[in-house]
Amino acid sequence: MAKNAWWIEFPQMERETLVAIRKALDGAYRDFSRSYGDVIEAVFEPLLYFLVWFEKLLLNAPWWSVLLAVCALAYLTSRSWKIVAGAIVAFLFIGFFGMWEDTMSTMSMIAVSTLLAIALGVPVGILMARSNRTQAVVTPLLDVMQTMPAFVYLIPVVMLLGIGKVPGLLAVVIYAIPPVIRLTNLGIRLVDREVLEASDAFGASGWQRLVGVQIPLAFPTIMAGVNQTIMMALAMVVIASMIGVQGLGQPVLRSITNQYFTLGLLNGLAIVALAIIFDRVSQAYGKRLQLQYKQAHHG
Amino acid sequence: MAEPMIRIQGLYKIFGAAGEAVLPMVRDGMGKQELLDTHGCVLGLRDINMSVPPRCIQVVMGLSGSGKSTLIRHINRLIAPTAGEIIVDGTDVAGMDGATLREFRRHRASMVFQRFALMPHRSVRDNVAYGLTVQGLQSADVEKRASRWIERVGLQDFADRYPGELSGGMQQRVGLGRALATDPDILLMDEAFSALDPLIRYDMQNMLLDLQTELKKTIVFITHDLDEALRIGDNVAILRDGGMVQQGKPQDIVLTPADDYVADFVKDVNRGKLVRVESIMKPGTTCASAPAIPIGTRLERAALALSEAAAKLGKVTDRDGTALGIVSQLDLLDAMVRRRRPSP
Ligand SMILES: Nc1ncnc2c1ncn2[C@@H]1O[C@H](COP(=O)(O)OP(=O)(O)O)[C@@H](O)[C@H]1O
Ligand SMILES: [Mg+2]
Repeated sequence: MAKNAWWIEFPQMERETLVAIRKALDGAYRDFSRSYGDVIEAVFEPLLYFLVWFEKLLLNAPWWSVLLAVCALAYLTSRSWKIVAGAIVAFLFIGFFGMWEDTMSTMSMIAVSTLLAIALGVPVGILMARSNRTQAVVTPLLDVMQTMPAFVYLIPVVMLLGIGKVPGLLAVVIYAIPPVIRLTNLGIRLVDREVLEASDAFGASGWQRLVGVQIPLAFPTIMAGVNQTIMMALAMVVIASMIGVQGLGQPVLRSITNQYFTLGLLNGLAIVALAIIFDRVSQAYGKRLQLQYKQAHHG
Repeated sequence: MAEPMIRIQGLYKIFGAAGEAVLPMVRDGMGKQELLDTHGCVLGLRDINMSVPPRCIQVVMGLSGSGKSTLIRHINRLIAPTAGEIIVDGTDVAGMDGATLREFRRHRASMVFQRFALMPHRSVRDNVAYGLTVQGLQSADVEKRASRWIERVGLQDFADRYPGELSGGMQQRVGLGRALATDPDILLMDEAFSALDPLIRYDMQNMLLDLQTELKKTIVFITHDLDEALRIGDNVAILRDGGMVQQGKPQDIVLTPADDYVADFVKDVNRGKLVRVESIMKPGTTCASAPAIPIGTRLERAALALSEAAAKLGKVTDRDGTALGIVSQLDLLDAMVRRRRPSP
């Protein structure tokens, strides 16, 4: 059979070549994960302990004490009784419809992955803010991370670590980390140059300047990034249930395969309720700080 | 003569990557505009030589963009020179390594900024204490010293407020307190009062002068306001397009401006209130009955003394009453009102 001319059909690569390339890459990665998988797993061991410990803590504590802790945290950060009331209603709804345990699993997952995203993302954001070259390298990486379909993350993670909590955590962190990096970078770059100059003029070292001026002044912006990160982590938790992450994602997944509409809806609503609480709390916190600083700037 | 506290020698600053490369051309006299057009570099400062005696207030004046901020930032090396020396108390600031420079900034020279540059996330107390915190002092010590300075600038009732809650004048008092709290020898003030209303500015000038009689710091004070310069300055230097046009005592600059630029600056000054009689007296003697005008008298008062005594001539005397020279009504009038042209 004659091949079509190149201007009619796109002159694509030979099928065999493509297959060979895919095989080679997949094989290389599989070899890599076979030989280093255990090592990498060992590296993540402490993380797993922490995750399990935190999940157990939430699950074993009496429901009212968890509710109390959530309310206290919500009030301390947002100083708003409305948000606290909303949180109480949401958790009562969750508990009443039998979703308490899944919710605790999801919350522990979100908490740990957000902490991890902050612990990794803030330093990266700081490095980006310090050098335009780093920024030029990291920004396109973040663009790719944010636009790549979330399912694609799961493949290499599963190949490397199998199915379970740690690979799930890793996938969630990779998916959710870009906002905190971006906004840390932005926040630090936006710090008033005159204030920085003043801190230099008083002989502050680079570290004193970072900790005493740049991070505090960038903090409201960083918080906005953390807020987005939490939201994205919550969205990813559902997808990550495909690779064995416990929590509200599991029943949703089951509902899809078995066409249980009500089960799916209830768990979906629980996720929405969590999202709203997390969002309002972290936003109110950021806004409160921002207000204080803004006032401070044009008195 | 006492060794100057700050001695600036042959200072050049050219902004831009090619700064060092174009330095020879600038030394040969290439102008600011030409440099910008041909090499894309901005001439910040050109061949500045200046000495500031200890415990004096040195004012630096000039129009906007003349290089005042650039000059003052060389003294604590917020800007590094392209060429030249900045000798502070015997050490070249340009040659200090990072750690030495930080020590210098922490203990020897503080800065007050035009737009205050306070830390919005710190209370007044913590702002004033900033320099001490940076020095790494113990918190009890910091607390005590900061409180003292908060009181000294009259903010004891506002110590726990945030800068954003204060008026401009109060904010700059925080700035002044912050600068003084480290007990530096040198105070660098870049248009520190320019952003304030005239009345508040006048108050702040008074506060600074009060503090100075007590503290005797070496102060470099930038302003574009001539009245402020004459009121505060022991010495005045005038910058134009990055070059030094004239330096001297305030009254010398008012009486003998070096060029039209300076003449333009000083044309509206009330010389009668500024200039002292000895700077226009002539040698000579007069009759014993002529009114005695003690040295240091301002022209206006001298004119009043002559007119009250209905005399044409007065004798200028030193503290012991010895006659030093004479001054006529006409000289006084001339010195006070005639438009000054630069001497060719
Ligand atoms: N970082 C810089 N880069 C390039 N040009 C600068 C820089 N800083 C100041 N300049 C230029 O140097 C000149 C003097 O500025 P400046 O010292 O701020 O003047 P002033 O304080 O007297 O208003 C101006 O022409 C200004 O544009
Ligand atoms: Mg300036």
